[in-house]
Amino acid sequence: MSQPAHDHSHDHHDDAHGSMQGYVIGFVLSVILTAIPFWLVMEKVISSSAMTVFVVLSIAAVQIVVHMIFFLHMNSKSEGGWTMLALIFTVVLLVIMLAGSLWVMNHLNTNMMPMSAHDMSNMP
Amino acid sequence: MSEPSDLAKLIFGRLTWEAIPFHEPILLWTFVVVALVGGVVVGAVTKYKLWGYLWREWFTSIDHKKIGIMYIVLGLVMLLRGFTDAIMMRLQQAMAFGDNVGYLPPEHYDQIFTAHGVIMIFFVAMPLVTGFMNYVVPLQIGARDVAFPFLNNFSFWMTTSGAVLVMMSLFMGEFAKTGWLAYPPLSGIAYSPGVGVDYYIWSLQIAGIGTLLSGINLIATIVKMRAPGMTMMKMPIFTWTSLCTNVLIVAAFPVLTAVLALLALDRYTGTNFFTNDLGGNAMMYVNLIWIWGHPEVYILILPVFGIFSEVVSTFSSKRLFGYASMVYATVVITILSYLVWLHHFFTMGSGASVNSFFGITTMIISIPTGAKIFNWLFTMYHGRIRFDVPMLWTVGFMITFVIGGMTGVLLAVPPADFVLHNSLFLIAHFHNVIIGGVVFGLMAGINYWFPKAFGFRLDPVWGKRSFWFWLIGFWVAFTPLYVLGLMGVTRRVSHFQDSSLQIWFQIAAFGAVLIAIGIVCMLIQFYVSIRDRHALRDESGDPWGGRTLEWSTSSPPPAYNFAFTPIVHDNDAWHDMKQRGYERPLQGFKPIHMPKNTAAGIVLAGLSSVCGFALIWHMWLLVGLSFAAVLVAAIVHTFNYKRDFHIPADEVVRTEETRTQQLAAVHV
Repeated sequence: MSQPAHDHSHDHHDDAHGSMQGYVIGFVLSVILTAIPFWLVMEKVISSSAMTVFVVLSIAAVQIVVHMIFFLHMNSKSEGGWTMLALIFTVVLLVIMLAGSLWVMNHLNTNMMPMSAHDMSNMP
Repeated sequence: MSEPSDLAKLIFGRLTWEAIPFHEPILLWTFVVVALVGGVVVGAVTKYKLWGYLWREWFTSIDHKKIGIMYIVLGLVMLLRGFTDAIMMRLQQAMAFGDNVGYLPPEHYDQIFTAHGVIMIFFVAMPLVTGFMNYVVPLQIGARDVAFPFLNNFSFWMTTSGAVLVMMSLFMGEFAKTGWLAYPPLSGIAYSPGVGVDYYIWSLQIAGIGTLLSGINLIATIVKMRAPGMTMMKMPIFTWTSLCTNVLIVAAFPVLTAVLALLALDRYTGTNFFTNDLGGNAMMYVNLIWIWGHPEVYILILPVFGIFSEVVSTFSSKRLFGYASMVYATVVITILSYLVWLHHFFTMGSGASVNSFFGITTMIISIPTGAKIFNWLFTMYHGRIRFDVPMLWTVGFMITFVIGGMTGVLLAVPPADFVLHNSLFLIAHFHNVIIGGVVFGLMAGINYWFPKAFGFRLDPVWGKRSFWFWLIGFWVAFTPLYVLGLMGVTRRVSHFQDSSLQIWFQIAAFGAVLIAIGIVCMLIQFYVSIRDRHALRDESGDPWGGRTLEWSTSSPPPAYNFAFTPIVHDNDAWHDMKQRGYERPLQGFKPIHMPKNTAAGIVLAGLSSVCGFALIWHMWLLVGLSFAAVLVAAIVHTFNYKRDFHIPADEVVRTEETRTQQLAAVHV
């Protein structure tokens, strides 16, 4: 985790302050990404509700990325790479916590004692 | 007693005279003693007119060194409280067999083991660790203060505020009777209707804010404020372990905050996150709190590994063996510590795939830890070792901790854990790593950095006595618990029938007495050292032949730490400077820009204590008022524009001149 060099930082506009253009693009993208889920739900475009949920959540994830790039000005070079490193670490931990919790909680009853005569008869 | 009126309820909530434990002689006498000692302290401070001094120079100080010392004082004071709980439990278990019920009723015993765990982790180990990071890290990286000096003062007072709430529970109401992690449904409103769990929740929430903010503060300090030339791989190893610890704090503590907030909602508003019915799932609490709880273990041990690394390298007069592998081991532990949490509840009901996954990750995490032990051993190998007190603690740690680590790997095997979980074997294991690791390391740190902080060494004779009593006392106290645990004795039991077990508990109680003597020796060591401070004086600022930048300053360092920011060329920057014949700059001093003291931290934390107390007792009027006051105080503080000042150049010249004379006297 050595500190990356700063050599190229003057060639790009990758400092902590965005431009007007960046904010407008971010705003427009956010509006579109917010409007689509409303449209999907209000017009019942997709028949399967599970599919709708999946699409809406995916669009939410894209929205998070849009916010991080255009409003938080995160890219691989800002703050000498530290913001990117922090982001990767956060994402790794979130995946571990969420996936791990789901896995653990779904396994809760595996070693439970049988709760009824019916369960008992199905014991291996 | 008649039903209180609505107005009285609004003001006093659940608080009535019955909440004051007049009927409990133990608590009453404790209160009398505490009141007497407190009265003497307050009286002495008033008599010698120290209030103004304390307020100006310490309570409102935003100097990282003073805040660090205050953290350590808080930790040591709370250690006395936590240890009193421990020795009360040992005494009870040594006598309560058969017809003898001991001297503690079960509901009191339950509060004691809960308070012991909570205090030792949150208000002893955490403040001590944070105190060292605060004191040492800015000095090691050549900075003049932390990144956010006011936030640092605020963090300290929030931690203290949590400690105050825990202490209040002794004399007003009760503390939780649930064990230190307050698992529901026992900690839910149905089974714990009293104020105990509420004391637990709000003291940890308030202290947690302090911990989280100090974590952010130290990360920013380490990432942004290193001296020129100090790349990541040239940082002292204590700074590295502090960085990883604070990353763990920032990532883990929000989970604790969230899970305690959910428990509070269950208790206060009748939600059903963790209740038995209406879709609640208490196991989710266990899962979430250990997602915080396991990283917490490494939050405590990692900085202490850093202390040992500094001590081993200094007292072996050698560069640390395998610096890079030490750094990578620390980073690997940081990430792996998030992959093992289920080993705290193998028996919750998960199947073989889940349990074996977490069992294997737990065994894997012992590999980088083992690598560290070898690094320390190889640092000592062929070194010129001086067995001063910090080095004694380090060697004691290496022996004790390895054994604790091995019993840990044993518990990581799920089938073995099914036999040993919830037993005294587990208790012996985690005390083995927490006392043998964290406490020994903190003692090494106190003896190592004390001369830096106060300008004189701690008396080595009493230091060695303290060490031997602690080390032997630890083994006498906890070996019997390993034996009892293997025999199947469970934890948190206040009375036993099988009198054949009694001898083991009596041996353990004797061990606790030895540890108590070790603590008394430490207090005598402080007293003797202050009395003989002129004989123990260190003028050089570098009493041990140190290797990192904190030893390049005077002892104690000036408020601004470094008149000129040092430039770093190598690991062990100060050793490198000494080798290259470094000359202290003697002129060209400039005014130094420093942050100004402020009372905002102590005011905000005091108001938060009031708010927490009101929440515990359901005093809704006071809750509203104190919360509004917190907001107002915070807003008022934002309008304080007089936050900095300059130390004038001639004052810097004078300070540095004194230092020059000191050094000249040493070299003659």
